[in-house]
Amino acid sequence: MSAPLLSVRDLTVQFRTDAGWLTAVEQVGFELGAQETLGIVGESGSGKSVTALSILGLHAASTTRIPTGAIAYAGQDLLKLPDRAMRRIRGGEIAMIFQDPMSSLNPVLTVADQISETLMLHQGLDRKTARNRAIGLLDMVRIADAAHRVDAYPHQLSGGMRQRVMIAIAIACRPKLLIADEPTTALDVTIQAQILDLLRELQTELGMSVILISHDLGVIAEFARRVLVMYAGRVVEAAPSRALFRQPMHPYTSGLLAAIPPLNHDVTRLSTIPGSIPDPGRRIPGCRFSPRCTEAQTECREQAPDLVSVGDDHFARCPPRLHRMRPV
Amino acid sequence: MADATTAGELLAPRRRFPVLRRLARHRSFRIGFVIVVVLTLAAIFAPLISSFDPTSMRARIRFRPPQAAYWFGTDNFGRDVFTRCLYGARLSLTIGLGVAVLSGLVGTAAGIISAQFRQLDAMIMRLMDGLMAFPAIILAIGLAAAMGPNIGSLIVALSVAYIPRTARIVRASALVVRELEFVDAARVSGASSLRIIWKHLLPNCMGPLLVQLTFVFAYAILAEAALSFLGIGPPPPAPSWGNIIAEGRDQAVDSWWIMFFPGLAISLATLGMNLLGDGLRDVLDPRLKVET
Amino acid sequence: MSAPIVSARGLVKDFPAGPDRTLRAVDNVSFDIAAGETLGLVGESGSGKSTTGRMLVGLIPATSGEVSLFGQTVTGRGGDARLATVRNRLQFVFQDPNGSLNPRMRVRDAIAEPLDIKGDVARADRAARVAELLDMVGLPAASADRYPHEFSGGQRQRIGIARALALRPEFIVCDEPVSALDVSMQAQIVNLLLDLQERFGLGYLFIAHDLAVVRSMSRNVAVMYAGSIVEIASRQALYAAPQHPYTQALLDVVPRPDPDRVRKPALAGEVPSMLNRPAGCAFAMRCPRAEARCRVETPALRDIAAGHRAACHLV
Ligand SMILES: Nc1ncnc2c1ncn2[C@@H]1O[C@H](COP(=O)(O)OP(=O)(O)OP(=O)(O)O)[C@@H](O)[C@H]1O
Ligand SMILES: Nc1ncnc2c1ncn2[C@@H]1O[C@H](COP(=O)(O)OP(=O)(O)OP(=O)(O)O)[C@@H](O)[C@H]1O
Ligand code: SF4
Ligand SMILES: [Mg+2]
Ligand SMILES: [Mg+2]
Repeated sequence: MSAPLLSVRDLTVQFRTDAGWLTAVEQVGFELGAQETLGIVGESGSGKSVTALSILGLHAASTTRIPTGAIAYAGQDLLKLPDRAMRRIRGGEIAMIFQDPMSSLNPVLTVADQISETLMLHQGLDRKTARNRAIGLLDMVRIADAAHRVDAYPHQLSGGMRQRVMIAIAIACRPKLLIADEPTTALDVTIQAQILDLLRELQTELGMSVILISHDLGVIAEFARRVLVMYAGRVVEAAPSRALFRQPMHPYTSGLLAAIPPLNHDVTRLSTIPGSIPDPGRRIPGCRFSPRCTEAQTECREQAPDLVSVGDDHFARCPPRLHRMRPV
Repeated sequence: MADATTAGELLAPRRRFPVLRRLARHRSFRIGFVIVVVLTLAAIFAPLISSFDPTSMRARIRFRPPQAAYWFGTDNFGRDVFTRCLYGARLSLTIGLGVAVLSGLVGTAAGIISAQFRQLDAMIMRLMDGLMAFPAIILAIGLAAAMGPNIGSLIVALSVAYIPRTARIVRASALVVRELEFVDAARVSGASSLRIIWKHLLPNCMGPLLVQLTFVFAYAILAEAALSFLGIGPPPPAPSWGNIIAEGRDQAVDSWWIMFFPGLAISLATLGMNLLGDGLRDVLDPRLKVET
Repeated sequence: MSAPIVSARGLVKDFPAGPDRTLRAVDNVSFDIAAGETLGLVGESGSGKSTTGRMLVGLIPATSGEVSLFGQTVTGRGGDARLATVRNRLQFVFQDPNGSLNPRMRVRDAIAEPLDIKGDVARADRAARVAELLDMVGLPAASADRYPHEFSGGQRQRIGIARALALRPEFIVCDEPVSALDVSMQAQIVNLLLDLQERFGLGYLFIAHDLAVVRSMSRNVAVMYAGSIVEIASRQALYAAPQHPYTQALLDVVPRPDPDRVRKPALAGEVPSMLNRPAGCAFAMRCPRAEARCRVETPALRDIAAGHRAACHLV
């Protein structure tokens, strides 16, 4: 891999709550090369969004602290960048789209206004040029009749259309990195497929790197080359997509994959992971997954395992599995 | 699940009065409670607290500023403002509370019925609009003429003025609540409208209702002043906070204390009721952790 | 199939949509569900799944068509009275784990609500039944004293299921009970519903938008599009040999956890607005196989094999 475009190291994010500081993300690290696709998968509350928002510096400073970590992008540490410089990167070189296209769009502005705003801000275009570019962008995200639709308000568009508009805004400044946080979760399957196809085409056309966040392993398998699996704020496994789905090395990953209902054959019962995800405030000693893990040993409950190499570019945080693989 | 718990365990006496316990731990409720209790006791025991008569006039001591003998000063008839404020609390608190309770009851009933029985909605809401448009003063004059100028007619007249607002607020929240799935769950099981109102709509409309009623309490005390001024309700010289202020209006600049202290009393009573209402609202909502 | 406990015939629901306009949310829907069996109902959002389920249990009145429950016709004249006689044998489980429980009611009272409404349950019996129900859905007995917000989404869904079981129903409409849950919770709830079905011989109408979840739950599956059933068959037939182009397209685009699978290109276009339904087949404008007559003539749902019906001119 050439020098990575983005490298996140040892990122820990904490939020102030009534019950003290809550650690939402702990020691998360990954690298992303130019034009690569990284998938981040995990159940709700696992820290996917918090990780993504940290890259863009979007946490409220007053209630957040980041005790450790570095986010290297194009030779600078984004965590140390002054606000002004960060604003230039945000929406310019690094863009983001969210799950709910309705609440991320301003209901009282037309599509043209919202796309132009980004263009005028980052590229200093005048209103007329910006509007023409906006029409071009709507074409790019395959919205039919763009010249006409550009004057619509968000509520006049369907959910799929709104997500296309969000994507148009995100790619307006030709970002090098696009972060998509559950971009298709609110959409129907047929529309989800359209949006995923669109994202893939745009990625090739524009040569972007993409971080795709989802709780749906199917979406991740379809889209990402490399995958991070998060559980309770930590990365439990990181691997190239094929290795992860063929030989998952962490019991949580195996459990998740097994719990997905099959489409091609019948089963009498689904495979389950016992228990439920821990409350955000609860401190679990050792491996965060140990209370639910069927393979847990004493050592798992006592000491938090490290993320160690278990194969070619494949990392997992599970000592018992590691021992089984390479007996000591 | 393996840990089978017997019915006996579940029947074990639950802690009694959980709401009262939570109230006792609620900080703003406690402050509000103290304020309201102190004001009420002051009103009840006014004759023991002050040896002056609230109505007797003494021309020699007109317009005395606050001093050791007359804590709140004296007014243009030489009456002790402190004593008048004490006795005024009787009338003002009764009116504030009376109006809040009466308009609360009727307004809630109208709002809930409108929300639950949609076929009555248009009619009830038209009626409310009518009441809203009807000047409370005229109504009060009419009632005073019919029932005599007393507290009762004043409370009824003011309540009528606040019923439409309360009804609208309750209706709006009930309309939101009744679309929630737990109401459908009750309907699938065959729940009657009465049960839906009592178990589901009312408890979930409590928050906005309580906030509204603390406002009504304060407004009623102030409005009473205006009506007293017009000779409706218990006539002066019987003091109320409102009419002390009304009478002191002409000397507002030179003898500020005549208006200031009853004004302070109204603010204090309103604050107390507000804190009390906040406390009730929080404690009745199991989702909120009670601040202690 | 044994005699159905639930059957819908030609169900239609119109909602008023502005002056002189109606929105036909459900159009001519018919199906049967036998005791102890599950009919899965899949479709994209707005296709009329919830509306169908709600009409079935009388939560909303049908505009036309007929619903029979346990041999009683509960629609039309005198329907409400007949519905009251079978009410205790039906229940509903909702999608939203937040909205389906009253935040001000303890779990005990939420679960016992159907008992309380029915009346005639002694205090001690009520407590015992609540404990038993909590145990059935895998929650500790101590949950009874707590409030809904103290539970996770999956646990709240269990509470909703316990409430539905309170009066020992024979048929439950499950409206997307797992759609808001994470994969690991979803699998637990699916298994719980299957266990309860086996234990009590429950019949389900299981609504979902995920074809894989529906497969794991159902004996028969109906696919809805724009208010109508476009295909209905046993699960074996539907998944092995889907006939309607829409069913085929849906199966083609479901993301699967297999990085080597090459998904077919997405279906173009979107679900038509229910307000201006196109003439002919509602799916025609997106259908890869549409012909001229598809845009003119509405295809009827017809038998194409034993127990397999589809609404397409080309099958
Ligand atoms: N601003 C905040 N203040 C306090 N806690 C927060 C804040 N943002 C997130 N959290 C907590 O951090 C944890 C991780 O949240 P995050 O949003 O990253 O989860 P996620 O993996 O994106 O889940 P989902 O799939 O639900 O979007 C959660 O427990 C959440 O409650
Ligand atoms: N009370 C109502 N008033 C007016 N229109 C309604 C009402 N309820 C549903 N609709 C409309 O009926 C259509 C079908 O809705 P329904 O809720 O049955 O869909 P669904 O298949 O359950 O979708 P979802 O997957 O989003 O739950 C939609 O177009 C919806 O907007
Ligand atoms: S480290 Fe232990 S507890 Fe954690 S996943 Fe591995 S086996 Fe399970
Ligand atoms: Mg998130
Ligand atoms: Mg629905």
